[in-house]
Amino acid sequence: MKFRITSVQTIVVCFVLCSIALGQDLASFEKRTTVKKLANGLTIIICERPEAPVFSFFTHVDAGSVQDPMGKTGLAHMFEHMAFKGTDTIGTRDYAGEKVALVKVEDAYAAYIAERDKPVGGDEAKLKQLEQSWKDAIAAADKFSAPYNNEFGKIVEGEGGEGMNAFTSLDETGYFYSFPINRLELWAYLESERFLHPVMRQFYKERNVVIEERRMSVDSNPFGRLREQFAEEAFAAHPYHRPTIGWISDLNSFSAADAQKFFDKYYVPSNMVVAVVGDLKASEAMPIVEKYFSRIPARPKPDTATTTEPPQNSERSVVLHEQTQPVYLEGYHRPDYRSPDDQVYDAIADLMSNGRTSRLYRALVRDKQIASDSAGFTGYPGNKYPHLFAFYALPIPGHKPQEIADAIHAEIERLKKEDISDEELKMIKTRAKANLIRSLGSNEGLASELGLYQARYDDWRELFRSVDRIEKVTKADIRRVANQTFVPDNRTVGIIEFAGGPPPGTGAGPQGGGQ
Amino acid sequence: MKRGLFFFFVFAVFVGFFTNVQLRAQTQPWQQIPVPKLPAFHPQQPKRIELPNGMVVFLQEDHELPTIDGTARIRGGERSVPANKTGLTDIYGEVWRTGGTKTQTGDQLDDYLEQRAAKVETGGGGDSTTVSWSCLKEDFDDVFRVFADLLKNPEFRADKIEIAQKGLYDGISRRNDEPGQIAGREAAKLVYGATNPYARVAEYRTVASITRQDLVEWHNDHVHPNNIILGVVGDFDSAKMEARLREAFASWPKGQAANDPEIKPDPAKPGYYQVEKTDVNQSNIQIVALGTTRKNPDYFAISVFNEAFGGGFSSRLFGDIRTTKGLAYAVGGGVGTGWDHPGMLRLMMSTKSKTTIESIQALDEEIAGLAKRPIGDEEIQLAKDAILNSFVFRFDSPAKVLQEKMAYEFYGYPLDFMEKFQKGIEGVTKADVARVAAKYIHREQMAVLVVGNVSEFDKPLSSLGTVNKLDIAIPAPPPGLVPEQGEHP
Repeated sequence: MKFRITSVQTIVVCFVLCSIALGQDLASFEKRTTVKKLANGLTIIICERPEAPVFSFFTHVDAGSVQDPMGKTGLAHMFEHMAFKGTDTIGTRDYAGEKVALVKVEDAYAAYIAERDKPVGGDEAKLKQLEQSWKDAIAAADKFSAPYNNEFGKIVEGEGGEGMNAFTSLDETGYFYSFPINRLELWAYLESERFLHPVMRQFYKERNVVIEERRMSVDSNPFGRLREQFAEEAFAAHPYHRPTIGWISDLNSFSAADAQKFFDKYYVPSNMVVAVVGDLKASEAMPIVEKYFSRIPARPKPDTATTTEPPQNSERSVVLHEQTQPVYLEGYHRPDYRSPDDQVYDAIADLMSNGRTSRLYRALVRDKQIASDSAGFTGYPGNKYPHLFAFYALPIPGHKPQEIADAIHAEIERLKKEDISDEELKMIKTRAKANLIRSLGSNEGLASELGLYQARYDDWRELFRSVDRIEKVTKADIRRVANQTFVPDNRTVGIIEFAGGPPPGTGAGPQGGGQ
Repeated sequence: MKRGLFFFFVFAVFVGFFTNVQLRAQTQPWQQIPVPKLPAFHPQQPKRIELPNGMVVFLQEDHELPTIDGTARIRGGERSVPANKTGLTDIYGEVWRTGGTKTQTGDQLDDYLEQRAAKVETGGGGDSTTVSWSCLKEDFDDVFRVFADLLKNPEFRADKIEIAQKGLYDGISRRNDEPGQIAGREAAKLVYGATNPYARVAEYRTVASITRQDLVEWHNDHVHPNNIILGVVGDFDSAKMEARLREAFASWPKGQAANDPEIKPDPAKPGYYQVEKTDVNQSNIQIVALGTTRKNPDYFAISVFNEAFGGGFSSRLFGDIRTTKGLAYAVGGGVGTGWDHPGMLRLMMSTKSKTTIESIQALDEEIAGLAKRPIGDEEIQLAKDAILNSFVFRFDSPAKVLQEKMAYEFYGYPLDFMEKFQKGIEGVTKADVARVAAKYIHREQMAVLVVGNVSEFDKPLSSLGTVNKLDIAIPAPPPGLVPEQGEHP
C-alpha cells in the first residue's frame, strides 16, 4: 500500500551509448510536450502519445500530510477522500438547502466537541444530547445528498473512466484516471469543478471510512505498526514523524470546516500541476483544458516552511514485541531530493538491491542464507524534505535480527572501504537507461512522471536530464556518500521481535493480546 | 505513504433513490458537455503461427520503444502436482532460472543479463509455468539465446533448490501474520475444500520432500513445443522474427501432451467459521460459495451484475456499506468467473471488531435485497455504460491485445472472444441480471468466514448460528528442518 514515489526518483540514466538514445527521446518529447502556465498560476502539461484513442491525466497538488496542522494529522488525506464527494451541482438535490444544512452540522459538531474535550466539569447528559443534535443535523443534511451518493464517481465510471484513484503521501497529493479521448472536455470540466466547488458533504461518515483504512493498514498490520513507530523515532522535529493516515485522536476530532480550510490554503492553482497524456493534439486540447482550469481563482501561495530535522547525533531504536515473525529495518538521514548527491543515493540503492546481482541479495539471501529478502532504498518516508536511506531484511526461521544487522553492516562497510567494480558501476548506469525507456510506454506512467517532475523541478525535462547527473556518479562519490551517511549516530533501527503469545486461530488465546 | 481512496473496490447504488433523480433539473451541467463519437479504432492484431511441432506463436509488433519482450506459457501447473509435493511449481518456477543451464550457472546468467539491463525469469502458477524475457532491442540475440537455452537445457542446481526451499519455509512461517492473507486462504479452503488443489497450501513437509529429481521430471514431462504458447511483442520485423523462431524451435520434437486433472470442488458446509486473531482491531469478513466460469453463457449477465452489485465506485456494496453506513474502507463482491474452473462467489469487507456482527447482517441484507429491490434499469444502464465505455482500455496497447489472445488460445476460447463479450454485454437485460442473481446467489448455501479479535466483537458470532472454529496453527516442520515457530527469535 505504499505509494512509491521512490520508483520515480530512482529513474537515473546512463552512459555514452545510451545518452544518444535518450537524447533522441528527449528531442521526441520536446516535440510532443507543451507546457502552459495559466494566469491563475496553474501549470498544464500536454504530451501527445497517439497510440490509442484514450488519455490519462495526473493532477499533482504540492501539499501532503507534512502540511497537516498540529492536532489534525490525517487532514490532507481526509480532504483527498472528500474530493470524490462531488460539487455544488454534482451529488446534491438542492445545494442551496444542503449548504444551510451543512452549516448546521458544523455548528452542532463544534458544540459537541467543545463539551467532549472539556478538561473539567464535563456533563455526560449534555454531551449525549449534543451528540444527538449533531447526528440529527447529519441526517438532515444527508437528505440532500443521499439520493446522489457517489455521483461524481458514477459519472466518471459510466463515461468509461478507468483506474480512478488518488493518493496522499507526506509530500504531495495526486489524483488520476483515464478516459476515452472523446471525453476530454467532460474530464476538463469534472476535474476543474472538483477543485473549484468542492463540498464537504458526508464528511463524518467518510471519516469513519478513513478510520477503517487506518485499522487495516496500520493497527491490524505488523508492517504498518513498525513503519509508524519507526518514523516517529527517526524524526524528532520534522513532520515526517507523523503518519499520513493520522493519529486516531486527531481522526476523531477534526471537522469538515478544518478540511475546507486545508483546501482553501493549499489547493491554490499555483500549487497545482495537471499533466495530460494520450491521443490528443496540444493545439486543440490546450484551449479546452485552459478554458476550464482557468476558472479556478488565483490565491496566494501558502507558506510551507517546516522545521528542518536537526542532526541525529545518537543511535536510536524501536523494538516491537509482536505475535508475528521478525523484521529488521534501519534508516540513515540524508538530504532532500535536490541534493547534488541525489543520484549517488539512487546508485547505492540500485547496487544494494536491484535483482539477484545486488549485494544484499547475494550476501544475505544467497550466501549467508539468513534472509528471504533484503534491500536498501531511498525516499523514506518521503523525499521532498531531508529523509532516510533505509535497509531492511526478513530473517528466515532460526535467524535473529542481530545477525541481519551484522550482515547489512558488513555490506555497508564494504561500500565505505572498497570501490565498487567497473562492472557494477556500468550495470547501474545501463539499468537506469533501460528503466527510463520502459517508463515511457504508458499514458498513466508518463502523466504522473511529467506531472511530478514539473512540480518538483519546475521543468519536466529533468526526467531526462538526470542522465547527465548519473553519468557523473563515480566510485569515489559512492564511497564518500556512504562514509558520510552510514554512521551509527545517524542510524535508527526498527525491529519486530517474535514475542510468543497465542498463535492465531488456535482458539486458546488470552484476551486483548494485541492492539 | 498512504495509498489513496480505494485499496480495492467493488461496489453500489440505491435503486429506490434513482426515482428521485427526476426531481432535479433535467439536465445537469456536465450533461451539456458534448461527447463526440469515439474515432474508429482497430487495434493491431498479433500474427498467429503454429509450428509443425505444435508450438503456437503470436507476434505483435510495437515500434514505440526500442524493446523486445516475450513470454512462453507452458501447460501444466500446481493443480497437477501430487498433494504431498505441494509447492513443487513454486520451487520449480524459481530454480528453473536460478539453477542455470547445462553450460552456465544461474549466477553467471544473472551477471550476463544484468550487464544488459535485461531479464529472463521463470515462474510457476496454478495451471501453467512461464519463461519470459525483457530486453532492449540491441540485446535481443544475447537474451533470446538464454531464453531458448533455459527452455531446453535447464540444470536445477541443488544449491539453488535449498535457497528456494528456505524462502518457502519463511513464507510458511509468516502466513498467519496478516489477517487479510489468512482470510483469503481460508475462504478458498471453504469454497474448494481444504485439500483441493485450488485451495491447499505448501507445508514444511511437502516443501522438504521436493527433490531435484522432481524438478527434472516435471520439466521433462511438460516442456514440449506442443504444450507451449509463445508471445513476442516489441520493436521487430515479424517476418524476420518468425524466421528466427522457426530456426530455434522447428526441429524440437513433439512430446507428451499435458493433461489437466479432473478437480472436483468439495465445499465446506454452509455456516459460520471463525479464526481468532488477538493482535488486530478489525475483522476480515468473507461470505463465500462456488462461482462459475467464463464459458458459461451467463457470463455476460454476471459481468453486468457484478459491476452493479459489487464492482466499482458506483456499485451497491460500495454505496451502502461504505458511503452510507461508513462500516468499511474495503468492501466488494461478486460472482467470480474462472477461465477453466469455477471462481469464487464472494462478498468481502473489513470492519472494526465491534461492528463485526452488524456488518455480517448488513451484507446479508444486501443479498436479501437482491430479491426485494432487484437491480433496476438505472443501475443496469450505469453498469453497462461503465463496461462498454471503458472497453477500449482492454486493447489500448499492443501488449494488452497480445495478452488477451494468448489467454484465449491457452484456455480454448475463440480468438474473437473480446468482440463476443462486447456484443454479449450490449444484449444483457434487467431480466437477465435478475435471473443470474437468483440462480447463483443463495445465502443459505454460503459459508461465512470471520478472521478477527473475537473478544471485541459486538456480539458473539454464535448469535448468528453454530460456529466452527478453524485451527490454522502451522503444522510443525519435520525434526531438524527449521526451528519451531515458538522458538523464533
